[in-house]
Amino acid sequence: MLPLSGERRDAKGIVYEKMNSSNILRGSSTLKRGFAHMLKNGVVMDVTTVEQAQIAEEAGAVSVMVLDKLPSEVRKVGGVARTASIRIIEDIMDSVTIPVMAKCRIGHVHEALVLQETDVDMIDESEVLTPADEFHHIWKWDFTTPVVNGARSLAESLRRIEEGASMIRTKGEPGTGNVAEAVTHIKKLNDELRIIKGIYDSGDNQDLVRIARDFKVSYDIVEQTAKLGRLPVVNFAAGGIATPADAAYLMSLGCDGIFVGSGIFNADDAKQRAKAIVLATTFWNETDKVKEAQKMIDERQSMLGLDVKTLELRMQDRGGSI
Amino acid sequence: MSLNVGILSIQGDVQENLVSTKSAIDELGLDVKVSEVKTPDEISQLDGLIIPGGESTTIGQLSLVNGSLKILKEKIESGMPVLGICAGMIMLSKTADDRVIGKTDQPLLDILDIKLERNSFGRQKESFESDISMNSIGIPKFNGVFIRAPSVSDVGSGVEILSKFNERIVAVKKGNVIGTAFHPELTEDTSLHKYFVNLIKASKN
Repeated sequence: MLPLSGERRDAKGIVYEKMNSSNILRGSSTLKRGFAHMLKNGVVMDVTTVEQAQIAEEAGAVSVMVLDKLPSEVRKVGGVARTASIRIIEDIMDSVTIPVMAKCRIGHVHEALVLQETDVDMIDESEVLTPADEFHHIWKWDFTTPVVNGARSLAESLRRIEEGASMIRTKGEPGTGNVAEAVTHIKKLNDELRIIKGIYDSGDNQDLVRIARDFKVSYDIVEQTAKLGRLPVVNFAAGGIATPADAAYLMSLGCDGIFVGSGIFNADDAKQRAKAIVLATTFWNETDKVKEAQKMIDERQSMLGLDVKTLELRMQDRGGSI
Repeated sequence: MSLNVGILSIQGDVQENLVSTKSAIDELGLDVKVSEVKTPDEISQLDGLIIPGGESTTIGQLSLVNGSLKILKEKIESGMPVLGICAGMIMLSKTADDRVIGKTDQPLLDILDIKLERNSFGRQKESFESDISMNSIGIPKFNGVFIRAPSVSDVGSGVEILSKFNERIVAVKKGNVIGTAFHPELTEDTSLHKYFVNLIKASKN
């Protein structure tokens, strides 16, 4: 069974229907969170074309994420970044058997509705795109399609889960090829989980109330998370992963899986690199296999990458305070 | 004699199956060890195996890479009980076509003589929960959790149909090999895991 902490049984996204004579239920937390559980220990790859999606599938990706431009391109060209062309998303859905995800802007309810109507398997409400609402994220309980959100801390993660996110990923710093921020975010999350677990074990409920107020979330979600000692949804690493060793390192920090954005299709050895990152994610705790994977890539063909300290645009700050 | 049950931990919802199997063992009061297995060496020591839900293309390719696909086939063919769930049932099948894409050339174990349709009920939005029954193995009511689930479009001789949903085959059994399109490990009901543990116990006697 899987944790259903914070579930809203009266959510609009839960649909009771008849399939011939049988009563069925769609959009429950078991189905939405359960979908994310099926991705565990896998790699989700950002793609912009059918050809890239097929390379990803052949390499053993568990899912592809369709974008109009890779995050590094979004960073370079500036302007407003929006959801990808529906026609490209549909073409990709018709050419691979693995699940297909797509991104919508933070707070952009109708981009998300359009993606749900397109029948993508999961929606990423993403800071890589330009936020459409500076004050609200999408109320994800209204959706039958599961939604994943980025987060940098336990407070952000729990706020997103209370809004109905079925999966969390670190924000990292997208499009940089620099794994440092993703490492910071997962370590901060782990530290905070350890702290609330300690408080829960000590029986100091009043301190959990203080934390819930500080986090701007309900007491219940803090208590249930503290009891579990982990997030009640699957948690992936994302933002800046470029090599097999990056993926293995983040898996070792307790991430359930990996999103790779610009790291693969911005490199000159995309095909090999896609395979190598999958290999390193699956066998992250066997160093000989990670070495084998790392040997499949050529560092001279890795994306150049960016120092996070000198960035003009910090995508991770988007939507972080709400 | 202690039994050794493994959950294939290449990719997918390994942990949930570990928890369900442990609960099943506790409820039955049996002396059974359950662990995550990945390497050919670990697999060779098993008395029973669960192939969990996940992405069948990923599980297939990576178990081919590390050599576990070969030993899995040998062990299952020599009688080791196996429960394949969703992607796991796809792995056990002879051929798997996708509802939209058609023919796939993913690595499969080719153990169960069944024809399989992947993503048979549609994409994630069409995933559903509904009551099903597996009367022939003493489970009259079970909460079927179908996530981008496959269905069995045809069975070969000797393959028993355990469950149908809306005229589509969603659970099958042949000897010690069981396949389900739905996810018992995502529910609190351990009856199918208990049935499977008992099957392993019986196969050793």
